[in-house]
Amino acid sequence: MTTQNNTTIRMSAVNKWFGKMHVLRDIDLTVNKGEHLVLCGPSGSGKSTLIRCINALEEIQGGTIEVNGNQLGKKGANADHIRRDVGMVFQQFNLFPHLTVLQNCMLAPRRIHRISEAEARDKAMHFLEQVHIAEHGHKYPAQLSGGQQQRVAIARALCMGPQVMLFDEPTSALDPEMVKEVLDTMIGLADQGITMICVTHEMGFARAVAHRVIFMDRGEIIETAPPTEFFGTPRHDRTRAFLSQILNH
Amino acid sequence: MYDFDFAPVFQAWRLLAAGAWATVYISAISMALGLVFGIVLTAMRMAPVAALRSIAIGYIELIRNTPFLVQVFFIYFGMPELGLRLNAMEAAILTMTLNCSAYIAEIVRSGVESIRKGQIEAGRALGMSTPDVYRFIVFRPAIRAVYPSLCSQFILMMLNTSLVASISAQELTYAAQMIDNQTFRSFEVYFVLGAIYLILSQLFSLGLGLIGRTYFSYPTK
Ligand SMILES: Nc1ncnc2c1ncn2[C@@H]1O[C@H](COP(=O)(O)OP(=O)(O)O)[C@@H](O)[C@H]1O
Ligand SMILES: [Mg+2]
Repeated sequence: MTTQNNTTIRMSAVNKWFGKMHVLRDIDLTVNKGEHLVLCGPSGSGKSTLIRCINALEEIQGGTIEVNGNQLGKKGANADHIRRDVGMVFQQFNLFPHLTVLQNCMLAPRRIHRISEAEARDKAMHFLEQVHIAEHGHKYPAQLSGGQQQRVAIARALCMGPQVMLFDEPTSALDPEMVKEVLDTMIGLADQGITMICVTHEMGFARAVAHRVIFMDRGEIIETAPPTEFFGTPRHDRTRAFLSQILNH
Repeated sequence: MYDFDFAPVFQAWRLLAAGAWATVYISAISMALGLVFGIVLTAMRMAPVAALRSIAIGYIELIRNTPFLVQVFFIYFGMPELGLRLNAMEAAILTMTLNCSAYIAEIVRSGVESIRKGQIEAGRALGMSTPDVYRFIVFRPAIRAVYPSLCSQFILMMLNTSLVASISAQELTYAAQMIDNQTFRSFEVYFVLGAIYLILSQLFSLGLGLIGRTYFSYPTK
């Protein structure tokens, strides 16, 4: 099977168990270059697990995953290769507390791309400016607000030059007044045409940038549709039930 | 009523100073080597290879369940039978290092285990290798988390050097015993000896605290 040029991610019949628990059931998903996907669904439905499989933070037990034409092997073979093409932003930011903002952004490029300190610094400053936080480059994560930390986490991922960005509920751990600055950063990123998959319940964001919204429940993809269709005329009962729940508060 | 007389003890101050210096010297070297070896043991203890884990666990259990004095005797009197002939100072340093590395390994491991999984995942997600993740992301916060325990272990170890007097390693306690033999002023000699150990452990605490404040100066919430 050859990958078409504009396909970035292809998941075929992916199955994942945690012990006896079947967490992903026959997931088929193709993501095209430049496409923005929003993934939603009830807590525990397998959203995080799905995107964590794409960069091999979780092992799969069945099916295949291909990123940029590289197939992820059994037991995570090829994982390092794929991870360099895939950036990830976590709910809890996961900045390194003992490194400054700048050092957080420089570590991986220096170790992996073996670039000089000066080059790594330039690159870090470039992306820190893009997320409007360059003036805090010398600070430590504990000295920043949640929203600022999350923007640094986005810049840190961008410094590796990823083809795809994965976001796992990037605004769920934030105080309400900081949600917007992070969403705006993500919208800016989307406008630049990077491929992204975003787990989020921010439906305004989904309407603004998503090409497709995917609804998951109990390990299955239940429904996939462009946002207008997804919010306007959801086909499945479970989708409707979920939407009425999250839109009613 | 016993007549206190500290003069003979203070007259022997050169002996005491030389002994104190030897104690500091043995302790500092054993701490540094013990820390390095302890970290290697921790890595083995957490390695994906079962054989390495078993070796590390076996070693740690062996050391922690036999008396230090027996270990010293074994190295100094026992090992020459196998061709390893060390002088008292070398045997003291080797035993101290082997001994404290086992305790340090357990402390460092609990530090590594206290690091949130998200830290390691963030490194992995950036494409970093496992050794790099541990070296650049886990190491410093892990040591910081257990630094107070590490320091107590170091102090304990420094006090333990008094036991190597039993193989005539010429450290502080050995010096005190010599003065006692010459002056018969046991009360005064061991009183002063205790005071010197007290001062030494305060100095070590101070020094280790300073190192800690430099190396771990980053703020946390
Ligand atoms: N490391 C794990 N070990 C065991 N079960 C897990 C683990 N991670 C997630 N799960 C379980 O897998 C299911 C899907 O989890 P997750 O992908 O985190 O869901 P979501 O992100 O949609 O809330 C849940 O039932 C969760 O309890
Ligand atoms: Mg989740």
